[in-house]
Formats: sequence, C-alpha cells, structure tokens
Amino acid sequence: MIPAFLSLVQVADPQGDPAFGPWFLATLIKMIGLFSVWMVGVAYMTLAERRVSAWIQDRRGPNRVGPHGLLQPIADGVKNIMKEETLPPYANRAIFFLAPMMSFAPAMMAWAVIPFGASWASRWGRIDMVFADLPIGFLFVLAITSLGVYGIVLAGWASNNKYALLGGLRSSAQMVSYEISMGLSLIPVLLLSGNVTLSEVVNSQASLHVWNALSLGVACFVFIAAAFAETNRLPFDLPEAESELITGYHTEYSAMKFSLFFIAEYANMITASAMIATLFFGGWDVPFTQADNTGAVAFPVVLLSMLIFALKVAFFLFLFIWIRWTLPRFRYDQLMSLGWKIFLPVSLAYIVIIAAMVLALDAAGIERGLVYGLILFGVNAVLLVILFVLLDRGRIVSPASVPVVGARLARLRQLAAARARLSAVEPR
Amino acid sequence: MPPSPGLFYQVHFYLFGLLAIASALAFVTRKSPIAAALWLVSVMFNLAALYVMMDAHFVGAIQVLVYAGAIMVVFLFVVMLLNLGHADELSDIRGTWGRIAAGAVGLALLAQIMAMSRTRFLSVLQPPTNPVFGGPPDRGAIGTVAQPLFTEHLLAFELTSILLLTAIVGAVAVGKRKGANDT
Repeated sequence: MIPAFLSLVQVADPQGDPAFGPWFLATLIKMIGLFSVWMVGVAYMTLAERRVSAWIQDRRGPNRVGPHGLLQPIADGVKNIMKEETLPPYANRAIFFLAPMMSFAPAMMAWAVIPFGASWASRWGRIDMVFADLPIGFLFVLAITSLGVYGIVLAGWASNNKYALLGGLRSSAQMVSYEISMGLSLIPVLLLSGNVTLSEVVNSQASLHVWNALSLGVACFVFIAAAFAETNRLPFDLPEAESELITGYHTEYSAMKFSLFFIAEYANMITASAMIATLFFGGWDVPFTQADNTGAVAFPVVLLSMLIFALKVAFFLFLFIWIRWTLPRFRYDQLMSLGWKIFLPVSLAYIVIIAAMVLALDAAGIERGLVYGLILFGVNAVLLVILFVLLDRGRIVSPASVPVVGARLARLRQLAAARARLSAVEPR
Repeated sequence: MPPSPGLFYQVHFYLFGLLAIASALAFVTRKSPIAAALWLVSVMFNLAALYVMMDAHFVGAIQVLVYAGAIMVVFLFVVMLLNLGHADELSDIRGTWGRIAAGAVGLALLAQIMAMSRTRFLSVLQPPTNPVFGGPPDRGAIGTVAQPLFTEHLLAFELTSILLLTAIVGAVAVGKRKGANDT
C-alpha cells in the first residue's frame, strides 16, 4: 500500500522532489498518531487528576465506570455533550463562542516543533520524529503559547459577568508577567546549545552527557514555575480561584464549551510537560546510552526513544497534579511580587553568570563533553544552595508567607503592645 | 524567496495578504474597541505568516510574540478596565471633510506603493546582501539578525535600550506619584 501511494505521488508530479512522497505520508501518519495519543492523553489526564488527588487525600476516587474507573472519561464526555448549552442574555455571542476554541488551539499548535523521538533510518530515507524542525525552535512555542491568554481574557469579557471579567483580567496580567521570566529562563539554554531549534537543544544535552536540568538548574526551576503560571495551575490558578471568583473566566460556560476549557487546560499541561522534558530533561534522549545519538537509527530504538519521551512527559504531568494537591494558592500580590521581584532579577542575573561561565570554559579550552557539563553542574549546585538556603530562607518559595521587613514587624509589635495597654486600662 | 515561486507558494502568499488587508479594513471599521483589537491581532498574525514566507522566520516569531502575544493583550486589558464596551457614540470619523481628507491620503499612499513596486531601486540604495530578507534560509535564523545588531549597529542598539529604560522609569515615576496622592 505504501509503495502504491508513493508511485501515485510520483505520477501526480513527475518533476517533484522524490523525497516529497515519503515525507508527506510520514507527516500525515505522525499527525494522526500524535493527535490521537494526545487527545486520549488529555481524556485520561482528567481521570488521572481525580485518581491521584483521591490517592493523595486518602480517598478512593472515581472507580465505578468500567474496571478501576477507566471508562470515566468516556462517561464524562457523553455527559458534557448531552448537557444544555446556555448563553447569557447580555453576552457577546461571537466572542463567547470563539473563546473556548482560542484557548484550545495554541496548545495543539506548539506540538509542531517539539521532537518526540529519534530520527528513523527507514527504507524511504531519514524520517524525523518532529513535524517541522523550524529554525526558530522554541521561539515558535513561546509565540504560540503566548496567544493562549486570549481565550481566557475573551471568555471573561464576553460572558458579561463580573467574576468572569475579574478572572480574565487576572489571567492577562499573570500570563504576561510570567511569559517574561519564562523567555529569560530559556536564554541560558540558548547559550549552552547555541541554537534555538529544539532538536539542537536535545542534541546538545546528549553531547554534554548531562541534562540541562543539572547544568542549568536555576533556569530549570524558573521555567517550571513559570510553566505552572502559564497553564493556570495551582499554586497559580488565580484566574479561576473558586473561593473568590466562583470559577473565574468560565463561570458562564456550560456543557461542551465548558468542557473545551477543561480540555484546553490539560492540553496545555501536556504541551508544557513536553517542553520541560525537551528543554531541560534531554527530550527523547535515552539516558545512560549513546546508541540513540548516532543520527538516524533503527525502528526499535526510535520506539524506545518515544517511550522514554512519553515517560518523561508523564512524570511532569504527575508533578503538575502532585503540586496542585500539595500547595495552596498564592495571593494576587504574592503572585506579582514573585514574578517581577524574584524570578525576573534571578533569571537576568543567571543569564550573566551562565554567559560568563560559557565564555570562561570555552577560553580555558574545555571541550563540550562530560567535564564541561559536570563543571556547570557544580556551579549550579552552589547557585541553587545560595538561592534556596541563603537568599530564600523559606520566604520566597513558600506561598503561605510574605517577607516581613524589620520596620513592619516593629510596628506590628507596637500595635499589639498598645492594644494590650488599652485593654489593661479599660477592661470591658 | 525562490527565484520562481511555485503555485503553492503564490496561493498562500496572496491568501495571507488578502486576509491581512481584510482584517485591517475590519479593524478600522469596527465600533466596538474589543472587536477592533481582535481584528488587529488577526492583521499581526497574517503579517507574521507573510514574514515567514519570506524566510524571515525570526521576524515572524517576534511579530507574534511581542505584538500579538504581549502588546495586544495589554491593549485588551486596558480596554476592559476602562469599560469601553458599549461605546457606540465614540467615533473617530469627523464629518465629510475628514472623510475626504482620509480618502485622499489613502489614495496617495496606494499610489506610492504602486509606484514603488514598479521602480527599480538604485543599486547604491540596496544593501549588498540583506541579512534578513532574501538571504539563504539557514538553520540559525537568529544569528543573521543578531550579528549586525551586536557588531555594526551596537551603539544604536544600546542607545535604544537606554531610551526604553528611560520610558519605563518615567512610567514607574508617574505611577508612584499618583499613588502617593491617593493615600
């Protein structure tokens, strides 16, 4: 069947590039395959979220539909399709309909550049396990994911509901703020790999023998935290903060339109996990072996690399859920001060440090290899200790507290003392 | 751009061009500020597609990242905060003479574009090899932009960043003064 298709393409355009047919067919198969895996993944993420939360809270979770509740996503989907669609009377119809789609589409588009496996040396030539290895690489992902905010903002505005509008406004401020530290935390990756294409980032980690998470630890931490903020997950889920805003931007949505926001959230999580895995955890690179780093490889190795990539993504999805059921929500001012006063200067200073390190190591004549990676790892271990132990002391990263400066503390103590004196003079 | 662009390329080029012009027209004619802002986002997106088709991948990505992803979001934010949603009476069109003047300016600009597309530039005016447009599509799309920026035009680049820094400091100062008066 494949040769028949290839000869058909050749007949249709005899002057065309003979590599076009295999490329076209491979892209088609990859698209269908990845889209199916991705959508099933999104469906089962909703189940995983509920089961993991139940496990963390020592409950059972949904376990009635099918064996171990495995058919629950299907039941949920059917329920959402059968439910009544509501349209608030003073909503802006066009934008109200458009917003769920606009929040879903960017998560899908980002997959165009993420490599999900080693290149396959097939009978029809080399087939890359990526749709389009664009020369702008992760800039494309940043550009596309920055559009995700429109869905949320417009949903909030079009609903004509004050809670929804507040959710939309919060999300636009939050996502624009954290985009900056997200972009800046990627510059060290660019310095180390010398290129923005994601396949080069994966290759550079393979050639350093050390994942970027170790050699660029601070950037990795900032990127993961910013990814949580960009996907509106706890502890950064202020756009939908139930206790304050009902459910924020999707308060007025029902049935499948609500479900699309839900799907978009999990789709964004999968995309963010894939980006974390690719940029900082070696992507599809199989650890402890070099068999997969020889350019194009045989099919079993390709499958192994795809499995490894899936496992890494699954781990970060679990991390998303784990943190959601562990940390409480930030207050809005804490969110802003974390983004602007901590992550921004930290990532700027880190760029300077890593640029100096790369310059110094290259000047010292150390080749890009294991030694290079280990030196960077050592420096980063020191920097992480400085960041978390000396600078932080449990104040910055803990969402439950704000730094209390000495003057404020003294004033609070004075107030308490004055109140105590008053109550001593005039007992009620 | 390849010397003789294929049909596939041409169809897409004109498709994105027409979409950009249609969105721009919708942008200036909509009365609701939110709708106008969204049409402007569409213009930016189509322009980014055109940049990418001219092998200026970096400019296309920055177009989406900076304009569509950041600046327009802030626009929307401000429009929503000011609650201009029901501003039917707010219109920038000022009478018959205003329309005639606007039409004349538009026609003049159109004529200029038509004339420019037909003239051949003096060879002195053309840079020998434009690093962004028309250069070979290489793997390092960023290097072609960064190289002249950090070597030939370093002074201008640094001066621009100082200008932006001044603007930010000014904005913070203005914001601070207002807050001090309120409390």
